[in-house]
Amino acid sequence: MAATDYSHTLGTHQSGGLQRNQSRYSNALHVDWLLLTLLFILMGAGLLLLYSGSGQDIGMVKRQAIHFAVGFLGLFVIAQFPPRFYQRLAPWAYLGGGGLLLAVLFFGVGAKGAQRWLDLPGLPRFQPSELMKLALPMAVAWYFANCPTPPKLRHLLIALVIVLVPTVLILRQPDLGTSLLIGTSGLLVMFFAGMSWRIIFSMLTLAGSLLPVAWLFLLRDYQKQRVLTFLNPESDPLGSGWNIIQSKTAIGSGGVQGKGFLQGTQAHLEFLPESHTDFIVAVLAEEFGLVGVVFLLSLYLLIILRSLLLASRCETLFGRLLSGSLATTFFIYVFVNVGMVSGILPVVGVPLPLVSYGGTSVVSLLLAFGLLMSMSTHRQKT
Amino acid sequence: MLEHAFRNRKAEQHLFRVRAITLSLFIIAFMAALVWRMAFLQIDLHEKYRNLSENNRLQLRPIPPNRGLIYDRNGVLLAENIPSYNLTMVRERVVDLDQTIEFLTDLIQLTEREQEQLQQRLRQRRRPYEPFVIRHRMQEEDIAKILVNRFFLPGIDVEAHLIRHYPQGDSFAHALGYVGRINTAEQDRLDQDADQKRRYSATRFIGKIGIERRYEDILHGEVGYQRVETNARGRILQVVEQVNPVPGNDITLHIDSRLQKVAEREMAQFRGAVVAIDVDSGGILTLFSNPSFDPNLFVTGISYADYETLRDNPDQPLFDRAARGQYPPASLIKPFMGLALIDAGSIGWKDQFHDVGWFQLPNYDRIYRDWRRQGHGMVDMDKAIIESCDTYFYEYSVKTGIDHIAPFLAQFGFGRDMTLDVISALPGILPDRAWKRHHRGSAWFAGDTVNMSIGQGFMLATPIQMATATAVLANRGRWQLPHLLMAKNNQLADIPEADIPNIELKDNNDWDRMFAAMEGVITHPRGTGWRLRSQLEHPIASKTGTAQVVGIAQDAEYDSEALEERQRDHALFIAFAPIDKPRIAVAVVVENGEAAGRTAGPVAQRIINEYLGGAEG
Repeated sequence: MAATDYSHTLGTHQSGGLQRNQSRYSNALHVDWLLLTLLFILMGAGLLLLYSGSGQDIGMVKRQAIHFAVGFLGLFVIAQFPPRFYQRLAPWAYLGGGGLLLAVLFFGVGAKGAQRWLDLPGLPRFQPSELMKLALPMAVAWYFANCPTPPKLRHLLIALVIVLVPTVLILRQPDLGTSLLIGTSGLLVMFFAGMSWRIIFSMLTLAGSLLPVAWLFLLRDYQKQRVLTFLNPESDPLGSGWNIIQSKTAIGSGGVQGKGFLQGTQAHLEFLPESHTDFIVAVLAEEFGLVGVVFLLSLYLLIILRSLLLASRCETLFGRLLSGSLATTFFIYVFVNVGMVSGILPVVGVPLPLVSYGGTSVVSLLLAFGLLMSMSTHRQKT
Repeated sequence: MLEHAFRNRKAEQHLFRVRAITLSLFIIAFMAALVWRMAFLQIDLHEKYRNLSENNRLQLRPIPPNRGLIYDRNGVLLAENIPSYNLTMVRERVVDLDQTIEFLTDLIQLTEREQEQLQQRLRQRRRPYEPFVIRHRMQEEDIAKILVNRFFLPGIDVEAHLIRHYPQGDSFAHALGYVGRINTAEQDRLDQDADQKRRYSATRFIGKIGIERRYEDILHGEVGYQRVETNARGRILQVVEQVNPVPGNDITLHIDSRLQKVAEREMAQFRGAVVAIDVDSGGILTLFSNPSFDPNLFVTGISYADYETLRDNPDQPLFDRAARGQYPPASLIKPFMGLALIDAGSIGWKDQFHDVGWFQLPNYDRIYRDWRRQGHGMVDMDKAIIESCDTYFYEYSVKTGIDHIAPFLAQFGFGRDMTLDVISALPGILPDRAWKRHHRGSAWFAGDTVNMSIGQGFMLATPIQMATATAVLANRGRWQLPHLLMAKNNQLADIPEADIPNIELKDNNDWDRMFAAMEGVITHPRGTGWRLRSQLEHPIASKTGTAQVVGIAQDAEYDSEALEERQRDHALFIAFAPIDKPRIAVAVVVENGEAAGRTAGPVAQRIINEYLGGAEG
């Protein structure tokens, strides 16, 4: 029994130490000030870029600033609740989100052959898939928190079902980009939970061999078109192919130093229609050059690494798994967006996190950071 | 137990750290890959892309589609596209702006106004490398001067394109409307929808008003594009690829230009409006408001002087009286009111009433006079319509009550705009208790019903509404939405069903009895339209009306120093023909025309004679 007492003390020392001192002063608001500062710098840079990318539309910059304010309010509120609360909430959020996704399939509204929005009386229009972006990793983390570690194959299979159901529902809307991102966020939880490397590699192989099947049966015509356009941008000059040609020209012409703020001509051309949303990085690259690109990517890298560090300091397994998944998903957003604009990935509608214009995306990202801060700043009562 | 928990916890944390560090390495590697990719584009390929960007050598030029033409029902061209040459500037290619402007001023005498507009255009937000127009409709001599001096004028070009032209001039201005240059507000609206933005990427003109605006979608067409290689000065060296635009659809209107010309000729000396409707289809045959204006003035931008002349003209040529002139319907309302009274059972066709020339509500002192001081003697419904007796309607409308009258009149489209495609049409006013409480803040009095029974008081209707109600009456209550569109690209257009129920009278014979009474307006020696009998070629059912001007809302439209002539009553006239199988319904308003039988009546009669007598259209 004495040995247990000793080990208990040792445990607290190990998991405490530096961050416990730190938590003394950050605990009051349950936020991580370093991460918060980095986010502020990113959003400041984002507003500046938006001003240029929107053709100097100050109204749009103001609206985006309001999105930021709303998102931050949400971040602070979410960070105040302890991880235990979210752990209890997780299965219900997942079930609720799943129900709404089903509702979208039957009663959803949308445009151009896609049904993504739910128009409930008395509520503003929203996309249930945005809710799932948080609910799915929460649910998978909740499941593993109640399993032995490392998980057995049986547990992994059940987790895979939890991941696949909403992924397929979103794919049916159809929304390929979001469905892949959400599926990946669930798989990342499985990765952090300790899925063996052997399984990881066999899954990757399986996914690779399933690609032709997906092409034949799952993808819609316009999705196939996007992939084809990626392989041959010249085939759709007025559509996304033109975007890629134009954005590459914008990036390349920026050079190392860039043309200067508001001096870009290429990114402002008529046929780069998304210069304030998905293609905003082209504006950065043209006006601030490689220097600006490296600065922005470093900023993202710092945010991601800091988030992973916070994740590893979480006291609960649930918190670690969820935070790890959210941090990595954030990275995937950045990578997919920048990869798409620079022409190494196909055009999928993924915004550059916290820089592209758009209320839903900004708010849901900041809420995710709220969750992350809740997981890492609350101490369990001993 | 506890020991197990401790070991488990530590292992978990260790496992997570290993995974997080592994992933961090991956993330750093991927980020490095992005930087490497960017560096490849921005350092290795910088030269290539800088040239592409600076010279913009390979350009995608959108090509505007040709706007659809507009025809009348006989195939007469109402709107076409004619070539025009513009002097344009691409600001980014101009080397020395001041010098260029100075040179142009010398060369082709840029007016002060043109220079002013040029400066204004330079300040406006626009897309880079987008040419903008310095001068529209250039003379051939000036074109030659520019082309000869082209070398000294980088960024300046002469551009041929099509502009809208209305060969019929004033005759159809209010019906067709016109196109004009896309303004900032319209551009912003188009930009909000990515598809619209693309469709209009080469378009300079958009429908501003009338049919041009209502059917903008049909007329516009789809944009094409051209991929061109240019030299550093922006001149096109070769066309690499071209996708042709799809021209807009031609449309045919129900308007009959013969009738429109008759209306224009007959109204020449009056201010007012003429509307004629094909009873069977609801197609609008004539839609004319006088005075009118030349819509061609607006296409490339009206000069301030021209606009001032139009705006300050006391006759208000820009005011579309047919769709937006709201007049008291006056005695025109009596056939409809008569049906309301009969249908409500307040009176029978043969019931007699003794008219002494005035009417008084019980317990009120106020005297409501008939237009004829000595009265009409014994009056039944026929006589009340033929001689337009007022007191008859005072008496029985009060008995019937506003709660029966207003809903009955609403069935004829009073108080709402029923047109399918007359974009600016106003709804008029059909007052009832709720309307008065809301707009006047007081209860409905019996006196209000008295005024309304002869179409005065609060009630207002546009000429289109008067013609529509007449067409519905002539059609024995069957509704057809009044509309201008007849065909798209020679395919008959689908006209939606009216979302207003057809009118069912308790006794279907009441329609024909009312038609007979309205025939008497011209054929009966004491009818108010008796003087029209000399021109009578077809049996016409009609009604005259005389609307008091003093104190009506339209008054505000006019110059404050109102001339005495403008205090005269408005003359109103509705008619349809032939009576047994009605084909055309007409409404005519002549402002300050006093006697309808002398002014408005003959106009309507000539329209009917032209339509029924001339070659079938």
